[in-house]
Amino acid sequence: MAENGAASPTLVIEDLHAAINGQEILHGINLTLNKGEVHAIMGPNGSGKSTLAYALMGHPTYEVTHGRVFFKGEDLLGMEPDERAKAGLFLAFQYPTSIPGINMGNFLRLAVRARFGEEKARQFRKLLTEKLQLLKMDRSFMRRYLNDGFSGGEKKRSEILQMALLEPEFAILDETDSGLDIDALRVVADGVNAQMSPDLGVLVITHYQRLLNYIKPGFVHVLLGGHLVRSGGPELALYLEEHGYDPLIKELHATDQAAVSDTADGAGIESATEMREHSVVGGDEHDPFRSHGRTAL
Amino acid sequence: MAAEIAVAARDPEKLRLMQEAAAQLPTEYSAGWHDDVEYTYRSERGLNRRVVEEISSMKSEPDWMRQFRLDALEHFEARPMPQWGADLSGVDFDNIHYYIRPTEKQGRTWEEVPDDIKNTFDKLGIPEAERKFLAGVTAQYDSEAVYHSVREELAQQGVIFTDMDSGLREYPDLVKEHWATVIPYKDNKIAALNSAVWSGGSFVYVPAGVHVTIPLQAYFRINSEAAGQFERTLIVAEEGSYVHYIEGCTAPIYTEDSLHCAVVELMAKPGATIRYTTIQNWSNNVYNLVTKRAVAQEEATVAWIDGNLGSKVTMKYPGVYLTGPKAKAEIVSVAMANSGQVQDAGGKIYHAAPETSSTINSKSVTLGTGQASFRGLLKIYKGAEKSASQMRCDALLLTPDCRSDTYPTIEIDEEDVSIGHEATVSKVGEEQLFYLQSRGLSEAEAVTQVVNGFMEPFSKELPMEYAVELNRLIQLQMDAAVG
Repeated sequence: MAENGAASPTLVIEDLHAAINGQEILHGINLTLNKGEVHAIMGPNGSGKSTLAYALMGHPTYEVTHGRVFFKGEDLLGMEPDERAKAGLFLAFQYPTSIPGINMGNFLRLAVRARFGEEKARQFRKLLTEKLQLLKMDRSFMRRYLNDGFSGGEKKRSEILQMALLEPEFAILDETDSGLDIDALRVVADGVNAQMSPDLGVLVITHYQRLLNYIKPGFVHVLLGGHLVRSGGPELALYLEEHGYDPLIKELHATDQAAVSDTADGAGIESATEMREHSVVGGDEHDPFRSHGRTAL
Repeated sequence: MAAEIAVAARDPEKLRLMQEAAAQLPTEYSAGWHDDVEYTYRSERGLNRRVVEEISSMKSEPDWMRQFRLDALEHFEARPMPQWGADLSGVDFDNIHYYIRPTEKQGRTWEEVPDDIKNTFDKLGIPEAERKFLAGVTAQYDSEAVYHSVREELAQQGVIFTDMDSGLREYPDLVKEHWATVIPYKDNKIAALNSAVWSGGSFVYVPAGVHVTIPLQAYFRINSEAAGQFERTLIVAEEGSYVHYIEGCTAPIYTEDSLHCAVVELMAKPGATIRYTTIQNWSNNVYNLVTKRAVAQEEATVAWIDGNLGSKVTMKYPGVYLTGPKAKAEIVSVAMANSGQVQDAGGKIYHAAPETSSTINSKSVTLGTGQASFRGLLKIYKGAEKSASQMRCDALLLTPDCRSDTYPTIEIDEEDVSIGHEATVSKVGEEQLFYLQSRGLSEAEAVTQVVNGFMEPFSKELPMEYAVELNRLIQLQMDAAVG
């Protein structure tokens, strides 16, 4: 993994606000993701992790209300989802939808053709055989309907198989670990790791540290209530594993009450711990985001 | 008791009663070019006794057929237009040529077929299709078959596959024996019209025990403004035989509305199997009013695989009379209705013998302002004990302004039966489309994939070449719809 600062930025997110049904979920995300890097975004349920993933891929339900995103220097938000895919952006879904009647093999061939053109689609069989082995998948898989009746593990393997076939320049893995037992997790993680290269950027979205034992990020960001509240190295994930999100939530709560706006990157783990030790008095600790004032989630 | 019914069901009188009862039951176009064909004969517009007699005499038909036509005409004129189903007020029976013959003689080989007609067929890919898959072709160009070939192996097996006019000339007794035994002209007003002015269609006869391994295929096509097309097909499968017949239709676009009224009769004798597959893709100005019925005798099987993609208005409810014990019927009816189209389709099944079984599986896709209606009739007569039937109908709505209706009718006079009915309506899922788009498929491609997936129970019944053609047709519709 290249972690040198000279890497050219692949994905630049500037002050991204996104809403569902008029309700703002993301309140201004700033993030620069270079190729060759693995970033992890961690956060509890409802913090806006999947919203970020969907907004980047262009899901029609997730409306970008403000901000800009550049992918390889191009305006990503001006592209249709299929154009984003063809440009090399990939999203591994947390819950891949099933489509009965669509044959898995035919679908994958169409996707490869859309991304690389007719030429490469002609080598599809060879390509597929290679990638199936990588993910320890049987060829009979190809005769099934798209994600239809797949087990949790099969669905996730299928997502990573698609990633392998489409060779993205930037991949977002949305909760790829959810619903996997440890063996399946290892296969999926091995599949992702085999694709790592200086030309690929990866954003891993996860609730738990577990996945990060297998797909090792160079950078970890914490998303809380639609804000990126911390960024750090792998040790941040380990800290969260040990202490959970509560310390950060309480810290946010406190700083918000104190009207201190400067909670950004400078504040380290130590200060968060300190905050935890100064117990915050307030009527609504169980729902800190309400007091935070900018989101109801 | 059961045995009595079974005997009665095989009685022609009983069948006639059923047929009469049935007759009362209410129940941007891709090939849009037009070749200039020199027509050698074209009847005057409109319908009367003289036109019917002229058709019969030009074909040098036997007296019984002439009389059949005239009786049918009388019934057609006396009977009111159906007041249920699709709006047929746009059909002007007086403004139609009831008979057109483009060439004087039949083409025996491809080389003999006139060039301008070949051009039209070339665009439809028929010659290539024939090379690869066809056992024989009866391509109807307006009212006559112009090209017709039967592979030698079929002829050696005693299989007859010819156009209906030749069938009547060359096998008069066989035709007379079965003619209108499944669909009497009194079945409905439109069947009466066909009976009066029919021309062309196919005659297929499969001797006892013969298994026709390759599907028999025929293309039908309307290519003259305001030309009615009234083909009549009769398929007789003797005991223990098997045959699969495939009919595909395309037509160019015209400004005047055209009328297509076909009659298709299938007679499956004991232990025989007939599969009849249709892909209908008439241009969007054609009224497509087709009567299809079959008789399945003891342990016989009949399957109607019926796909309706084109036309302005289609009314078509393939039926099966299960007249012998353990007879089976399967109807797969698929319809796609885009703006300006009404697809009123479905199926009818009559259980008149014990241990008979049937399934009706209907699928409709609507988009734009298209309308699809499913009409299913299931009738189980007293004594048809231990019979079983499943009716299922699924509708997929692609746009907010399209419409899908379901009219199932179930009449059961026997207690010891098993019946199932299920209906679903779904809108094309945003999640499904987004998923496919996130893999690089355009919106139109994504919708096409979802629709193809929905249609899969139909397309998997088709030979590969037809399935490919079907997918292509769906794609053209989706490209036009999504833009």
